[in-house]
Amino acid sequence: MSLQFRLASRNLFHDRLRFIATVIGIIFSIVLVTVQMGLYVGFRRMVTTMIDHSPAQLWIMPVGTKCFEDPSLLDERQRFRALAVPGVAEATPLVIGYAQWRLPQGTTTPVFVVGSELRGLGLHPWNVVEGRLDDLSVPGAVAIDQTYFERLGITGVEQTAELRDRKVQVMAVSKGIRSFTTTPYVFTDVERARSYTGTTPSKASYLLVRLASDADLWKVQQALRDSLGNVEVLTASEFRNRSRSFWLFGTGAGAALFAGALLGVIVGTVIVAQTLYSSTKDHLTEFATLRAIGSSSRYIYTVIIWQALLSAIVGFAGAAGIGKIVAAATAESALPVIMTPALTVALFMLTVTMCVGSAIAAIVKVMRIDPAMVFSR
Amino acid sequence: MTDVVLEATDLVHHLGQGAGRVQALKGVSLSLKGGELVLLMGPSGSGKTTLLSILGCLMTPDSGTVKVGGQAIAALDPEALAKLRRERIGFIFQSYHLFPTLNAEDNIRLALDVRGERARTAKLAAREVLATVGLGHKRKSFPRELSGGEQQRVAIARAIVGKTQVILADEPTGALDTANGQAIMTLLADIARDPSRAVLVVTHDPRILPFANRVVHIEDGRIVREESGGDQLKKASNA
Ligand SMILES: Nc1ncnc2c1ncn2[C@@H]1O[C@H](COP(=O)(O)OP(=O)(O)OP(=O)(O)O)[C@@H](O)[C@H]1O
Ligand SMILES: [Mg+2]
Repeated sequence: MSLQFRLASRNLFHDRLRFIATVIGIIFSIVLVTVQMGLYVGFRRMVTTMIDHSPAQLWIMPVGTKCFEDPSLLDERQRFRALAVPGVAEATPLVIGYAQWRLPQGTTTPVFVVGSELRGLGLHPWNVVEGRLDDLSVPGAVAIDQTYFERLGITGVEQTAELRDRKVQVMAVSKGIRSFTTTPYVFTDVERARSYTGTTPSKASYLLVRLASDADLWKVQQALRDSLGNVEVLTASEFRNRSRSFWLFGTGAGAALFAGALLGVIVGTVIVAQTLYSSTKDHLTEFATLRAIGSSSRYIYTVIIWQALLSAIVGFAGAAGIGKIVAAATAESALPVIMTPALTVALFMLTVTMCVGSAIAAIVKVMRIDPAMVFSR
Repeated sequence: MTDVVLEATDLVHHLGQGAGRVQALKGVSLSLKGGELVLLMGPSGSGKTTLLSILGCLMTPDSGTVKVGGQAIAALDPEALAKLRRERIGFIFQSYHLFPTLNAEDNIRLALDVRGERARTAKLAAREVLATVGLGHKRKSFPRELSGGEQQRVAIARAIVGKTQVILADEPTGALDTANGQAIMTLLADIARDPSRAVLVVTHDPRILPFANRVVHIEDGRIVREESGGDQLKKASNA
């Protein structure tokens, strides 16, 4: 262990109270950043769940569609034009929209209906834990998620409710299909989705396209654009990007999360700068002695930066621990805080940068030391 | 012939600002030769510490020149001065200035560490000087576990471990009783027996006169008198 490191660690641990204050400051700040960034990652994932769970390779949608949940309509006749494009193996309608769900006891709650072809290319509930997907073909059959049982007044399969004055029966129950908008998803087939949402029979929200195995994605995309005219044709990943940029930046949600994170960084920087500075001030005679006996400025900065790094490591360890707990606690919620390895690494780098940056004030203080003071103290 | 290891000519220096500005040195010339222990004596406020700071390259004088080992320091920047200090000058302070969080051995090692000497030999050198100052058994002790005399001996060990040509001490015995003061001066006198090294000690303490080869008297920023150690000893025994 180098003497510089030893000096740094002893300077830090010498004043336990201040060290604890520093670490708490770092933990507070990094936990704040972690939660904000974890929410960002979580949100980023949540907004594309529906797109992620459809096997469609291309999405055909009305011009100007901002995200999956943005309900506007196109003509279902486009479907036959799409099917005529070489390389298209399957093109099926998807109908989405809001509807009022009437609970057995009479109150109503808004739901988001997703209707697609049950046999073939569609958007079906996943993680079905009760009932069977096949049973959705029964008249009035819908699928809902466990999470929303209470909200929808349902406790299990075969129970009934009403959607737009039509009787519906829950025939399948999934686990973990949550909406970040908190409006429950209700899955059903295309025809019933139209009637629940009041959509004209010849209209659809999207056309989902599956390619023939030997077809080229970009060529088919271009061909569809040429042949369908007034629609947009996006690959799944293009649609994901569009949804993300709408929810994260179009709505300001992303900016708010980043602003929160920035606030955390500022608070952390101020706290660490303050404690490092006061520690340096307390040890000023020692630094002056070092300077008097001929140490270079670099030698002294190294000691201070070691102090910053040590604080960063201890603080980060605490923050990462709390971050893990938060992530675990929110994993089942509508908007989970997600810690990815990349985010963890980035947060560590941020902590280190923040702490080392905070050392600047202390370093400036040390730069001004007059080594001759060692004779007068 | 012994070499001049430290040479100052016509030093003038002011301290403070505005109304509080004083001319602490008013044209001081002084040189140290290898193999001598010089005492710098004078009343409080006469400029002893100021002179020592300038000789130690901790301050640059308003005018006058300082040469360390023949090299003029006027043109050197703070980093170059620091390098000069770690390579050529050892310091001893009245209040020791040991690092409270480091043990005796590490305190001594620091003087080598700032030079980049970090090998095992640095550790051995630290242990060796610790034995020289009679504290071989206390190398793991922290300053707070040592008496004032012991702390000053550790500080001396730190000043001499780098085998610098010049040792500058400001009131090294000021905080110590007679016995400890004598022990410290014996150590410093031993160093000054080496013909390539010189020791300059600022003191008020007449009890340490017998250790000096030469005594320089300073008053009000000027050197007023110089005696060889022999004269002092004579005077001391006549009294
Ligand atoms: N920072 C300062 N600002 C203004 N004047 C100062 C400052 N430091 C010292 N002085 C003055 O400079 C003169 C020389 O001071 P110096 O410390 O060199 O004296 P000294 O001989 O070491 O005294 P002592 O024996 O009390 O240690 C004194 O008159 C002192 O008051
Ligand atoms: Mg003084």
